[in-house]
Amino acid sequence: MLLAKVVGTVVATRKDPRLVSNKLLIARPMDPRGKPEGGYLVAVDTVDAGVGETVLIVSGSSARMASGMKDCPVDAAIVGIVDTVELNEP
Amino acid sequence: MNLARVVGDVVVTRKDENLVGLKLLIIQPLTPGREPAGRTLIAVDAVGAGVGEEVFFVRGKEASFPFYPVEAPVDAGIVGIVDHWTVG
Repeated sequence: MLLAKVVGTVVATRKDPRLVSNKLLIARPMDPRGKPEGGYLVAVDTVDAGVGETVLIVSGSSARMASGMKDCPVDAAIVGIVDTVELNEP
Repeated sequence: MNLARVVGDVVVTRKDENLVGLKLLIIQPLTPGREPAGRTLIAVDAVGAGVGEEVFFVRGKEASFPFYPVEAPVDAGIVGIVDHWTVG
């Protein structure tokens, strides 16, 4: 899974019927120290996250195992809101 | 599967119901020479690993198999703690 910061929202009226009523957010993956890493991605939100929060993103086919995402065409899902990150590396 | 070192942990209170009770660790993939190999990632722990230990982990949907029949939404999971390895 990836740590990411939620930076925006996506509104899409015309979409796959299985995506109707799902919230889509724009997230920027980051390393455990908070440094942005790689490109932005659009993830479906299953835990009611908001802009500015640090979240846990599951990607690939595992994203379909998030709550309510069975058989949905998604490859990234927000499955947790991160409280703390503890890093024991110099 | 890949070798990695556990370098930290993550606390997540609000989460998917199928993640409740699972331990999430920060891992740094390693080369056999113990050099960092790519970015850190968050992995679910299936074997009781802890910070500082060397482990091997699986990527993809298979990471959820240790928790079957619960369908945990995870894409990386620690499935073994390495005692030692040799190369060549």
